[in-house]
Amino acid sequence: MISSSTRPRLASKARLRFDRKSTRYMLLYPEKGLVLNPTSADILKLCTGEHTVAAIVQQLAEKYSKDALEVEPEVVAFLRTIADRGLLQDVP
Amino acid sequence: MTEEPRPYTLIAELTYRCPLRCVYCSNPLDYTRHDAELDTATWQRVFREAEELGVVQLNLTGGEPLVRDDLEALVTAARELDLYTNLITSGIPLSRARLERVRDLGLDNVQISIQDVRAAESDRIAGHRAFDRKLEVAGWVKALGLPLTLNVVLHRDNLDHVVDVIALAERLGADRLELANTQYLGWALLNRAALLPTREQLERARVVAAEARQRLRGRMEVLFVVPDYYRDVPPACMDGWGRRFLLVSPGGLALPCHAAHTLAGLTFDNVKDRPLAEIWKHSDGFNAFRGEGWMPEPCRSCDRRVVDFGGCRCQAFQLTGRAHATDPVCGLSPDHQLIEAARAAVTAPTTVAFRYRAPTATAPHTLG
Repeated sequence: MISSSTRPRLASKARLRFDRKSTRYMLLYPEKGLVLNPTSADILKLCTGEHTVAAIVQQLAEKYSKDALEVEPEVVAFLRTIADRGLLQDVP
Repeated sequence: MTEEPRPYTLIAELTYRCPLRCVYCSNPLDYTRHDAELDTATWQRVFREAEELGVVQLNLTGGEPLVRDDLEALVTAARELDLYTNLITSGIPLSRARLERVRDLGLDNVQISIQDVRAAESDRIAGHRAFDRKLEVAGWVKALGLPLTLNVVLHRDNLDHVVDVIALAERLGADRLELANTQYLGWALLNRAALLPTREQLERARVVAAEARQRLRGRMEVLFVVPDYYRDVPPACMDGWGRRFLLVSPGGLALPCHAAHTLAGLTFDNVKDRPLAEIWKHSDGFNAFRGEGWMPEPCRSCDRRVVDFGGCRCQAFQLTGRAHATDPVCGLSPDHQLIEAARAAVTAPTTVAFRYRAPTATAPHTLG
């Protein structure tokens, strides 16, 4: 489901929360939580249904001063793992 | 090197009262002989202290949490602390208006249990006519845009219906399906002869669930938990004693799990008497089975001691009378024949009568 034109949004059961103890963001969902590294958190913060994957890639590339072509496969692969867990929905 | 224990999840057992009387209820057998329920302000303080300790997930459970008339105030407090709040309920007694209210106050997830896929079988396990209403409530959950977890406790009489359970979960639009086999503690141990399935039943259901997990990936999370009785080695009960989970009983005992207060020889502190952080870090009860110092052989020299932490203390105690014993589920336990004998005694179809807890939801509402 994840391609450059999709607009991913966190599933209704998933919620981002900043964790003071680890100073990381966590993605919380029923009975579980994922501790996110800063890049992953940046990606998921943009999963609001407004931005296309291409736009998310662009923002990440700018923030980390990298080439979008280099960033794209990593972003897509990460979003697919999150989607496989049922934590993303695609907004048409 | 041992990592500092941090509670990630607070299991708030708001009450032991419940209109249902499920034959595998996780409440203690003597649930009627406990202190009066904590009041609203104390629960709100417990949530605050838990969050300060590191808790990010809150399970509001019971008994039936809906019988508390302060659920709204508790959800509000949880949301202010940014806790991920999961209401674990039978769906009874609940109106659509109240569900909408707790949604608006910030509830994150609703978990509804059903006992089987048809009313007669389901209500027989619950000891109460509840099935049709549960399906109605599950429908409201989705209609109101809340995520739905469907929980089904499995045993001999419903394991062969797992295909239908999955189909029902799909029809209801569940986001997560928990196919959780009965674990034989407390009420379930009392009813073990009527509930324990055959290995063949379990294996068939496991295959069906695995297929569904693949097929529904990304849409519905499908979880299948096997009964400890059919494992060769025990799982890490509660991820290890006092490592990640903190439970507070209706009367205020802070515990590592649902049944820890049934272990003879241990003392647990009440949140009314001591700050939660102090209890978590320093109380005798929480420290009793942390680390490896308490372990007997064969655990003490076993490579798996850092994986399963010796298994379930409550299971060890309820089967052997010794809370320090290796979990008899383990093939290396000197008491493993207790498990083998229980498995060998399984005969299907069931002919054993269930033993039910008494109905309690009509009991007077005793707060603080």
